[in-house]
Parts: sequence; C-alpha cells; structure tokens
Amino acid sequence: MANKLDSKIPSGPIESKWEKSKFDYKLVNPANKRKHSIIVVGTGLAGASAAASLGELGYKVKAFCVHESPRRAHSVAAQGGINAAKNYQNDGDSTYRLFYDTVKGGDFRAREANVYRLAEVSANIIDQMVAQGVPFAREYGGTLANRSFGGAQVSRTFYARGQTGQQLLLGAYSEMMRQVDAGNVELRYRREMLDLVIIDGKARGIIVRNLLTGEIESYEADAVVIASGGYSNVFFLSTNAMACAVTAAWKAHKRGAYFANPCYTQIHPTCIPVHGENQSKLTLMSESLRNDGRVWVPKAVGDKRHPNDIPESERDYYLERVYPSFGNLAPRDVASRQAKYRCDEGRGVNESGKAVYLDFADAIKRLGEDKISERYGNLFEMYDKITGQNPYKQPMMIYPAPHYTMGGLWVDYNLESTIPGLFVAGEANFSDHGANRLGASALMQGLADGYFVLPYTLGNYLGGTKLEKVSTSNDAFKAAEDGVRKEISKLMGIKGNRTVDSFHKELGHIMWEYCGMGRNEAGLKKALQEIPKLREEFWQNVRIPGDANYLNVELEKAGRVADFLELGELMCRDALERQESCGGHFREEYQVDGEAKRDDANFCHVAAWEYTGENKASIRHKEELVFENVHLATRSYK
Amino acid sequence: MAGKTLNLTLKVWRQKGPKDQGGFVELQAKNVSEDASFLEMLDAVNEELVSKGDEPIAFDHDCREGICGACGFVIDGEAHGPMKSTTVCQLHMRNFTDGATLTIEPFRAQAFPVIKDLMVNRSAFDRIISSGGYISQNTGNAVDANAILVPKADADEAMSSATCIGCGACVAACKNASAALFTSAKISHMALLPQGQVERKERALRMVAAMDAEGFGACTTTGACEAACPKDIQLTNISRMNREFFVANATKRPKHSDGGAG
Repeated sequence: MANKLDSKIPSGPIESKWEKSKFDYKLVNPANKRKHSIIVVGTGLAGASAAASLGELGYKVKAFCVHESPRRAHSVAAQGGINAAKNYQNDGDSTYRLFYDTVKGGDFRAREANVYRLAEVSANIIDQMVAQGVPFAREYGGTLANRSFGGAQVSRTFYARGQTGQQLLLGAYSEMMRQVDAGNVELRYRREMLDLVIIDGKARGIIVRNLLTGEIESYEADAVVIASGGYSNVFFLSTNAMACAVTAAWKAHKRGAYFANPCYTQIHPTCIPVHGENQSKLTLMSESLRNDGRVWVPKAVGDKRHPNDIPESERDYYLERVYPSFGNLAPRDVASRQAKYRCDEGRGVNESGKAVYLDFADAIKRLGEDKISERYGNLFEMYDKITGQNPYKQPMMIYPAPHYTMGGLWVDYNLESTIPGLFVAGEANFSDHGANRLGASALMQGLADGYFVLPYTLGNYLGGTKLEKVSTSNDAFKAAEDGVRKEISKLMGIKGNRTVDSFHKELGHIMWEYCGMGRNEAGLKKALQEIPKLREEFWQNVRIPGDANYLNVELEKAGRVADFLELGELMCRDALERQESCGGHFREEYQVDGEAKRDDANFCHVAAWEYTGENKASIRHKEELVFENVHLATRSYK
Repeated sequence: MAGKTLNLTLKVWRQKGPKDQGGFVELQAKNVSEDASFLEMLDAVNEELVSKGDEPIAFDHDCREGICGACGFVIDGEAHGPMKSTTVCQLHMRNFTDGATLTIEPFRAQAFPVIKDLMVNRSAFDRIISSGGYISQNTGNAVDANAILVPKADADEAMSSATCIGCGACVAACKNASAALFTSAKISHMALLPQGQVERKERALRMVAAMDAEGFGACTTTGACEAACPKDIQLTNISRMNREFFVANATKRPKHSDGGAG
C-alpha cells in the first residue's frame, strides 16, 4: 500500500527538476500518437487546455462536458485575475518569489516541487493566452497591465476587466474547438461521468449518462484525465455554479483513487451575504476589490446606523489595524476569519448581523468615480442588481462563503492518481495549493496542468506502458454499465416524500456549521453522526419525478447529492484527524490569539484517503512533506 | 434584507421533448421574496411541483452570476426579461409587481430546437466557433507576451466584443432569428487584435458560412439583438463583420495545394 503514495518528485535542485523530468520522460513518436486515445472529463480551463494541447500533439482525444457547451464551465466565474512571475512591473517578482509566496500561502501543506513548476510555467501561460487572443488589460503603451491581489506584495496579476476566468476559458475553449475542427478532439456535450473502468489495473475508460436521452454510454481509451473541478457545492450555498459536483472524482475514488485533504476548503472573504431561505447560491465579489476597498465594521456593538452616518472615528478598519503590512490584502483565510470574529462580537452589519462593510468612498475620493468604474464597474453593477444597493453611494456588504476546494484526488508529480493511467488536473486534484489557495492561482494551475504538464507526463505514461487493446464490449465495461443502471433505478424506485434539494440543504447546513470556517472535535463528531443518518434517509425517502430515460434534472441532482453525502462524511473525518489549524482549515482547539496554530511535528503531511467499501471506514495514508527550500515558518501578515 | 413578498401567476411553456407540441400551463408563485432572483423564484415553484410528484420546469442555468450564459428564456416577450443588460439569473424579483401575470417561454429559433420546457439546444454556436473562431496557436512556443503590443483602445474594444457570453438572447430577440451579433462579436474580437490578423479573412468567410449553414436568418439591422443583449454587445460589431466579410470575399485567392517536392 505504502508504495502507492510515491510522489515521484524528481531528484536534484528545485530549479531544474522540471527541466530534467521533461528530458527524462519517454516520448511517443508523432506517427504513434494518433494510435493513442485519451479521455478528458471536464472542459473547463484544465480540461479544455489539456484537450487542445493533446489534440495538437496528435493524440485522439475524447472530451466530455456536462454542460450544453464547454464555454459554460465554471472557470468563467473567476473574476479577478491570473498570476504569473513576469516581473513586468520591476517590483522584484521572480519564479522563486511566486513559488515562495505560494508555498507560504498554502501554509506549508503543498508539495514544493509542484509549486515550483507552477511558478516556472506561469510566465508561459501568459504568453500562450496572449498569443491566442485573450484581451488582457493593457497600459497605454500597449504592454500588459498588472494589479496586486490578496496575499502578495508584488503586482503580478494579469486580468481582463472583471472577467478574467471567462476570457481565459474562451481562449482555451476556442483552441479546443480548433482541434474539434481539425478532427483531433471529439467533443461530447451533456454527458456526466458516472464510473471509471479499470482493466488490468489501469484506467481504460468511463461510463457516462447522456443527460439528454438518459442513455448509458461507454467509452474506452488508453488513459483518462479527470478535470471536473471542485466540490464546494457540498455546502449547498457556495460560490460554485449549480452543476459543480464531486461525482466524476468521487466515482474514481470509489474505484481506488485516493482522495487527498478533503477538508481543505477555501472560504472566500468577499461574497454577497446570504439574504434568505430560498437562496440557491452565493455570489462572489472579486477579491481584486480589496485593492481599493477598505473593510470595516462599526466600533460599537449593535450600531445600526446607516454606514454613511457612522463617522470615521467610530469605524474599526480591523484588517488594517490587525495586519498593518498587508491590511485589506491579507490572505483569504485570515480575512475570512477576521470577518467572522467581528460578527461573533456582535459588530456585524446587515439585518442578519452576518456581514461587514467593503467601502470604496476613500478610493472614489482619491481616484474618481470614473477610475473605479473602469476597474470594477461590472462588479459594482452585479452587486447593485443582486442587492438593490448602489456601491458607489454606500459601502458594499460582504461575508465569507465556501469557494475553492484545495482537496481532491491525490496525484503524484506527474499528475497521475493512485490508479495507473488516471490523471487528474486543475481543481479536481489536490496538488499545488496546500491548505489555502491564494488569489489568482486557480486559473494558473488549471492552465499549467492542461497546457504545460499533462502533454509531457501523459506522453511519458503512454510511451512507457504496455497497453493491450480494449473495447467497450469488455466485461469490465458491461459490469460498470450495469452498476450505473442499477444505481439509477434504485434512485428512481425510492419514490419518497422529500425533494433532492431539501437533502442537499440539510447536508450543507451540517457541513457549514461543523466543517466550515471553524471546526472543533465535538462539532465534527456530531456531524459524523448526523451525515450517515441523513444519507440513510436520502436512500429511503428521496423523491425523483419523471423518467430516467430522458432529460431529468432531479435525477441528475440526486446522483450528485448522493455523492456529496459520502464526501461530506470523509471531509469531517479528515478534519477530525487533522489536529492542527492550517491555512483555511481552522480547528478551534489549535490557535494562538485567533491565528492558526500549525503542528509541523505531527501534521506536515498530505492525508490521502483510500476507499474500502460501502459503510466501511476509509484508510488514511500519509505523504510526508519535505521543505528544503522554503523553511517551515509561522505565517505572519502583521 | 428581509423585504416584501409577491404573489405571481406564471404562464409557463411546458414541452416534454423536441417532438412534443407543447403549450402554456398556468402556475402560481406565492410568497416570493423580492430579494430572490428570477431563477430562485422558479426553484421554489419547482420544489412545490416535485413535492406533488410533478416534473419540475426544465431550464438551463449554472453560474447564476450572469457570466456563463447558460440561462435565458423569454419573459413577457423579452429575452432575459425586462431589465436592460441583465441575464435572467441576475434579474431580481424586486423588479416585478405583486399580482402580476408573467408569460415565460423558451428562446425561439429554428436553429435552437427546444429540448424540454424552457431549455433549448444552442450547440449551433459551438459549431460556428469551431469553424474559425480561434487563433491557430500551438501550445508551448508563444513569444513573450509583451512582444505583441496592443494599443489600449484596441484591447478595450476587443474586450468589449469578447464579453459575449453566447446566451442566445440576440437570436431570440431577432425577428429573423439571426446570429449576426454573436458571430460578429467573435469576428470583431479577433480582427481588432494583432494576433488575429493572419487568419482574419479566412475566419470571416468561414464563420459567416457556418452561421448561414446552421439555419440562422439574415440580419436586417433592426437592433433588437443589441437591445436584448445582457452584455451590451454593440451593433457596430455587425458592421465590422460585414466589412470583414466583404473585403475577404472580394480579395479571395484561389486555394493552392499544400506540400511540395522533397
């Protein structure tokens, strides 16, 4: 078992690990590439960029998209920007500094070698995206513009208004569509992966449900890439799009891929607060707003005056007060926790008391409304539409919300999971971000994996592995198809009394309450009793109307919630075992004056969980983390 | 923000599948919070339908932040509803009056066949993109990003065109169900940038041909698309597309076969 967690980190100095790997990797000659097929599940930033580059190399790619079009993937929602160590601003940025910031930002729970590679290829990503026509913001002289972002003291964030994610996705999507046109990528829409097929110990295909017709389909390949995104929707209310689910990754987990650090979820500090019972999701206001917005609450408990009527002397700009050197740009976990403390003290605003102000009055005074509108106009409009309040005239209200998930399928340096031939990219894997993700680093990782890592590591796998020919008539495919059909008919046959959403909401409440921004032993133990009960009720009492043999939205949701009900339990177990606070993962028992207290002696490792069967306890494996370049130190943003 | 609530009557288009005839069904939406979005209002109606064992109203939606372009249908004759520059997921109920009757139906266009209820198939848009809506740039050998200088004004204009989310409201709003605004936005985005120059003519020819082949109607520049667009994509894009197409067509060169000896 233990040898399964071989991280395959190349030897040698960190600066040359990737170069050396690329040289050592086995190659597949161009004429042989077209004989290999690769499945890519998910066509967001990581999936689309992987499909585009693999198609370009000559592999036969089958790409699967749960949406009606790859352009809808949730990568679109990333607003703020993408980091790259270009040092265009001459402010001292470098590959090493981006690496250093990311390791430190992840609170020393990420793998050094992966993070260095990420920093290294970050500059290529910008080159690549610009060359394919992404309209990044420019200075008057025509060069690229940069801004700063939470957790960083240099300006290394490239952006396209407030729509960076969308523009990058459209870039990667158009490159993939070019390969569709060239016949190298076969794209299938509205397909959801419901199982992974393993033959001779290797990932050889997937089972999908055609969401339009209800048909169960099998696809075979020489390797499978999962790039299906994150699982924050386990909280029901999150910033994730409605279709974001753990399903593809979870099915692979149940087939043997280890799931790493599931409790590492990022809480994002700048969301529009919850307004009511029927709310379906939370909307993020870009972190970039903290460049110019100042965060505050009234000094007095219970001060219900209109924010514009509260004089300067009666406001607590708590981030600037507590963290003078980072101020409003403190990292996400720090800023989120501070907002919670202020609200817990009774100084929160909004009728719920669960919000703090993000104020642009000073910035508008300094720069003028036009400049602010040029920088953040679309975000201000979005806020106005949702809340009915004009942020040019009064401060925004914000509150933390579940956002990105750093946990995911465990992968080695080559992005290969514990199942040979199963590769995992982007948010779906656990690598690179450690216990806390810094701003503008998710887009970077998605594109790094798809454009610059997988094309090499997949080639190495295909070039060095003996692969028998398989077809979908193989028994393994038939058995997996049967399993999927059985589960669907089981769900359809329950005909209970409760809607899928009501279960999802209840699970979300448990998760937020006991495994959210702050966790403790008692709460996690309580959650571990409640979740199995809820899961049992789900399987006896869920109601799914309609027919499984055609488009059935309730059935789709039910399958995803069933997986969340299993994942939720694993998240709580992982949180319970990790008896330390690190990054966005805050165990209340382990703190010093409200700051996270890490335990490097006992927990400087990745926890990778092995699935052992239904209703059986998963086994926790450890990958020890070694920090040779960035020395373990307590993060301080003061 | 616990505000007022509304009671509404909804006339919703229900259609089981592409071959089903479909028709309007009247439903009640009660105690709708004015802070809810239009889709959250439909969620609540759906929860009630499901509780009764009925099938929920099918509609496309995903990010619910106005960016992904998945959502969209027609409310009282207007694509994405009455608010300017707003997707239906960002349309909030405070913009409606208590007691109102709202007619909700799918985007209607021959090239967008109905899948179910309010859900239509817009994959024609993807086929238009794959016909040339890209820059041929292989991975891993791009020049340094600042080696390609783009005047800020051009970058900003390209960005404004690139903002298109491909929701299809332009098609639904057009009496001819033309996809000119969508196609022209992509053609403009790339024609405005230095990176897009090499394939500029070929792109215009191919994308316009693909648009026509999908069965979208002709553009007669009535501007209904621009008025309905949630992202304020401008009609000037269509003028630019026409010019690009005209020039490309007029200066078309015969194709030579690739390759050569030795």
